[in-house]
Amino acid sequence: MNNKTALAKTKMLKPQTKKSFTTYIMVTVVFVIMMILSSTGNVSSQIDGLLVPLCVYSILAVSLNLTVGILGELSLGQAGFMCVGAYASALFSIATKETILVEWVRFPLAILVGGIFAAIFGILIGIPVLRLNGDYLAIVTLAFGEIIKNVFAALYVGIDSKGLHIALNQADMNLEADGTEIIRGALGVKGVPNDSSFVVGFILLLITLIISYNYINSRTGRAVKAIRDNSIATESVGLNITKYKLITFALTAFLAGIAGALYSHNYSTLQASKFDYNLSILILVFVVLGGIGNIRGSVIAAIILTLIPELLRSINSYRMLIYSIVLIVMMILTSNEKARTFIVTNFGKLKGMVLKIFKRKDTAEKEVK
Amino acid sequence: MALLEVKNLGISFGGLRAVDEFNVSIEKGELYGLIGPNGAGKTTVFNMLTGVYKPSKGVITLDGENITGKSTRDINRAGIARTFQNIRLFKEMSVLDNVKVGLHNHYKYSTAEGVFRLPRFFSTEKEMDKKAMELLHVFELDDKADFLASNLPYGDQRKLEIARALATEPKLLLLDEPAAGMNPNETVELMNTIRFVRDNFDMTVLLIEHDMTLVSGICEKLSVLNFGQLLCQGKTSDVLNNPEVITAYLGE
Repeated sequence: MNNKTALAKTKMLKPQTKKSFTTYIMVTVVFVIMMILSSTGNVSSQIDGLLVPLCVYSILAVSLNLTVGILGELSLGQAGFMCVGAYASALFSIATKETILVEWVRFPLAILVGGIFAAIFGILIGIPVLRLNGDYLAIVTLAFGEIIKNVFAALYVGIDSKGLHIALNQADMNLEADGTEIIRGALGVKGVPNDSSFVVGFILLLITLIISYNYINSRTGRAVKAIRDNSIATESVGLNITKYKLITFALTAFLAGIAGALYSHNYSTLQASKFDYNLSILILVFVVLGGIGNIRGSVIAAIILTLIPELLRSINSYRMLIYSIVLIVMMILTSNEKARTFIVTNFGKLKGMVLKIFKRKDTAEKEVK
Repeated sequence: MALLEVKNLGISFGGLRAVDEFNVSIEKGELYGLIGPNGAGKTTVFNMLTGVYKPSKGVITLDGENITGKSTRDINRAGIARTFQNIRLFKEMSVLDNVKVGLHNHYKYSTAEGVFRLPRFFSTEKEMDKKAMELLHVFELDDKADFLASNLPYGDQRKLEIARALATEPKLLLLDEPAAGMNPNETVELMNTIRFVRDNFDMTVLLIEHDMTLVSGICEKLSVLNFGQLLCQGKTSDVLNNPEVITAYLGE
């Protein structure tokens, strides 16, 4: 009995607000350090080019964690929603390039358009798909992701004096002489304005984190977690399961759409082939290795696992070897109880030392992981 | 008029008639027991009352409202809350949050208000915390409000399930073997809790139980099920002395 209560105490929950603010501060500190480094010219062009993708992948991982970790359903369609967001926002930007000249008005609107379109797709796909669960849901979302990618890869959109032309091959478009092609099938979209920057990426990541944490710790988030833990009991206390599943799925899609907008405005060309299932799996890897349901972990895993393969480009032949070893080590560290206790106790000691310097007493910390 | 009226309730699974011609009428404020040997169909009756199974025939009326065949969610909103034979808590959530999920339909703010932390979020959450803590206090769980539900001792988990059911503000509370796995002391404590709930929450309770101390201690009326059929019904003392019940269930 004594043992039991002691165990219960160590598992006592930490106030959620504290957890979220630590994450905000962590992300901000990294951002400020990177900004200082890059303004003083201490960042190589290779890392500089990675800053926006890092934000993109972090946002994707955090948003997927809402579905996988909080709702407890496996979704493999993340790249598809990102694709919708990327295309919708790119089209918006190209269409309004002449009318809205101010970049900081146009880009936020484009991001919002990307997010909203992705959310609409999320709801449309979610209505039939969320009747399934487990492996079946994973398979169907994977298929939908591929369908979205392939539709965009086959899509031709052009504009001329007569208006918008949409077709499934170039000849069918019948553009007038003054027309311009916007989406050219597998070649994708050209001339997307380069509005993305690390600052925008950081702001979006912070917004994503705030939305996610607030969502999890609200009435809706509580309902979603209840569904994850026990759907029969959730129904028995009078909750609408489908509604909360759908809201979460739509929010995940919305945030993925935002990430897509950030992504598409980082490069001047946009191709649908980038949004294949490998990307969905990659994001799922971030979520799983960062810890299912652990928002901060998603960000850390996304950053580490994006940086490693890029930083190892100089030793190209061993690159994937090292990457896979890192994956395996992370897997062991996150799943093995012994390895975890080892880290937690030693991390606790280290933390204690740091905290002593700041003359703060915080002993509860090391027990919580 | 009785709070719960069940008439000719029956259900078949394939060719098997699990429950047949089940009738019961429970007055407001009653403590009613449903007993019978294993496999008699007691939990099946509960599942029909709460909409988990759709009855093949019969009518269920709660407080004058026909709730036959409605979904679990709508039946809960109509006023029936339940606990489960094998405890179904939200294990990865705190004790407090478990109760707050129960309060979900009575304290409302929109998703957007929650995400953007608008004033109604703070005021409603505060009210919810207060109400949930009051409920937990009744079950002496308030000092464990921050624990994960799965870390509670067994008896407390049973109590938490009752607290969560009460949070939905039901008219009728269904308890499926509340004393299962409890030691005699815990059972006595549970009996007091159930009585307390009935008296202080104005609750009507229908419970399934095998523990005869609990049944004879608190139930005012009993129904005995055997092989899906009603064997006997009436006042507890009469039922427990009925020779048919003694042969079928209690033993000589």
